[in-house]
Amino acid sequence: MSAGQPPIDSPQIRRLSPVLGPGHTFTSVTDKISSIVLTRPTSLGWVAGFAVSFSLVMILTIALAWLITKGVGIWGINIPIGWGFAIVNFVWWIGIGHAGTLISAILFLLNQKWRTSINRFAEAMTLFAVACAGIFPLLHTGRPWMSYYMFPYPSTMGLWPQFRSPLIWDVFAVSTYGTVSLLFWFVGLIPDLATLRDRALTKPKQIIYGMLAMGWRGSARHWHRYQSAYLLLAGLATPLVLSVHTVVSFDFATAIVPGWHTTIFPPYFVAGAIYSGFAMVLTIAIPLRKAYGLEDFITMRHLENMAMVMLATGLIVAYGYFFEYFMSIYSGNKFDLYLTQMRFHGPYSHFYYALILCNILTPQLLWSHKARTNIPLLFVMSLVVNLGMWLERFVIVVISLTRDFMPSAWGRYSATVWDYATFAGTIGLFVMLLFLFVRVMPAISIAEMRELVAETSEDHE
Amino acid sequence: MEHRSHVYGVVAEFKTEHELVHAVEKTREAGYRRIEAYTPFPVEGLAEALALKRNNVPLITLIGGLTGGLGGFFFQYWVSVIAYPLNIGGRPLNSWPAFIPVTFELTVLGAALSAVFGMLALNGLPRPHHPLFNVHRFVKHATSDRFFLCIEARDPKFHLKESAHFLKGLNASHINEVEDD
Repeated sequence: MSAGQPPIDSPQIRRLSPVLGPGHTFTSVTDKISSIVLTRPTSLGWVAGFAVSFSLVMILTIALAWLITKGVGIWGINIPIGWGFAIVNFVWWIGIGHAGTLISAILFLLNQKWRTSINRFAEAMTLFAVACAGIFPLLHTGRPWMSYYMFPYPSTMGLWPQFRSPLIWDVFAVSTYGTVSLLFWFVGLIPDLATLRDRALTKPKQIIYGMLAMGWRGSARHWHRYQSAYLLLAGLATPLVLSVHTVVSFDFATAIVPGWHTTIFPPYFVAGAIYSGFAMVLTIAIPLRKAYGLEDFITMRHLENMAMVMLATGLIVAYGYFFEYFMSIYSGNKFDLYLTQMRFHGPYSHFYYALILCNILTPQLLWSHKARTNIPLLFVMSLVVNLGMWLERFVIVVISLTRDFMPSAWGRYSATVWDYATFAGTIGLFVMLLFLFVRVMPAISIAEMRELVAETSEDHE
Repeated sequence: MEHRSHVYGVVAEFKTEHELVHAVEKTREAGYRRIEAYTPFPVEGLAEALALKRNNVPLITLIGGLTGGLGGFFFQYWVSVIAYPLNIGGRPLNSWPAFIPVTFELTVLGAALSAVFGMLALNGLPRPHHPLFNVHRFVKHATSDRFFLCIEARDPKFHLKESAHFLKGLNASHINEVEDD
């Protein structure tokens, strides 16, 4: 250390907030987190939130019933705009899921302690987002009851899927992603399920948690293999999460449609996915820590770090937008150039400007420490980014399809009430599943919090 | 040497993970081999203290991943070249770059499934009951806040009273006999 620097404990150096509030022991973290599930009475706020989201799920079931009765014609899609809301929402939801895997796998490999208290519900968020995402392409096929055609199975017709098609890659990428996310989440839950089994006060809870915990008893030999498996899963999930949005971007990039046919799509889609995912984690974390008094576990440090990840990925996304614009000019391709003009001046330009406002301009506030530690502002910002990322997918899908090569093939798109009902319904489904999750499963990993208690107490010694 | 069939072993309870690791080292030094520690979270240094060998989960994962990847690739090859060849403008049937995304996904899927199920199988889970669950304090604390060390009755050096006395000498807060049923 050079002489000019202030001493390490000087008040001039801003101390990072801790990742765990002071004074916690193994017993206190166990009690605190398991009590949310086991002993805490159901609050009125929970019932209200559940009721609202459940109503939206009812709207979803109505929208789906009507869709299956009438066909996809009730949506706003047409020729040439065959993709519409279904694909916009699919890409949006699957992107949101990515932050959960990023937090649980990549930050685990990078040994980031601050991941510990947010990984569990972020993984749950991933699962629920993938579930919402899966609904859309399934229904968009028009005949969801025939969707097993996309899987390779020995049929009497001797038909096999076309493995050169990005849509089949999607089937494999998304179903693998869903499966691996579920495994990762469940493996992480096993020790906590054992804790709940041993602390449950009623017989039904003991039996249900007991069956799910599969007889886990914390044996050192078990932990030894468990840690290997968990590390390997993290190592596998890391390239997987990057591959999933890459494959989703291939749905676009392998087509020759202007605005889609670019090599920047895979990295820019992955960055956008992480961007919107962190926004969604913040959207969930801020009310969760407030409602259940988890400020000691999800501290300012977590919120600030997530805000910084949002800022960083937001800048990558901005870089992507800039290069889309630059390449369309630099390439001299008249169709690409025209598409860029359409983004700025076409019938959907207000979407494009709103996108720039939400995804590029507003997040610049996050450079300021004050903004990053202002919780209400951060919450609003997370919603703005979620909206912005939805607009991005709308701009990509709709503007390109309404203006492709020949004026005779140009068209317009507007969503119908059934599009909005389905979208709102999946948001309801997502929120409802989260409400159920926080009531029946520990929203924070108890075993990993104990590890954190052990590690932080060593730091103080 | 006393060996009663209805005794699984004797279990000692410790307040901190450091006391446990220390106790495990001492117990192994005393010549006990059939011992197992139980902790509410993975404790660093415990595997070394117990002299656990490298486990087989990574090997199983590797085999699962290779099976998924090779199986996935050659399945696509078989479908696209042998079972259902489509001649599109004379392009090669074995268009292997287009098979890479699915091959990759199936590699990850095979590896992840074998990591999880391999870990569970090697751990002998699911196993709903275990003799240690007969010990009230174990059920109450082993998955929350205490650290346990069990000397099993099948250890040749095991002697109910002497082993319990030995564990008591290692600063254990509670000693319990574990009944086997």
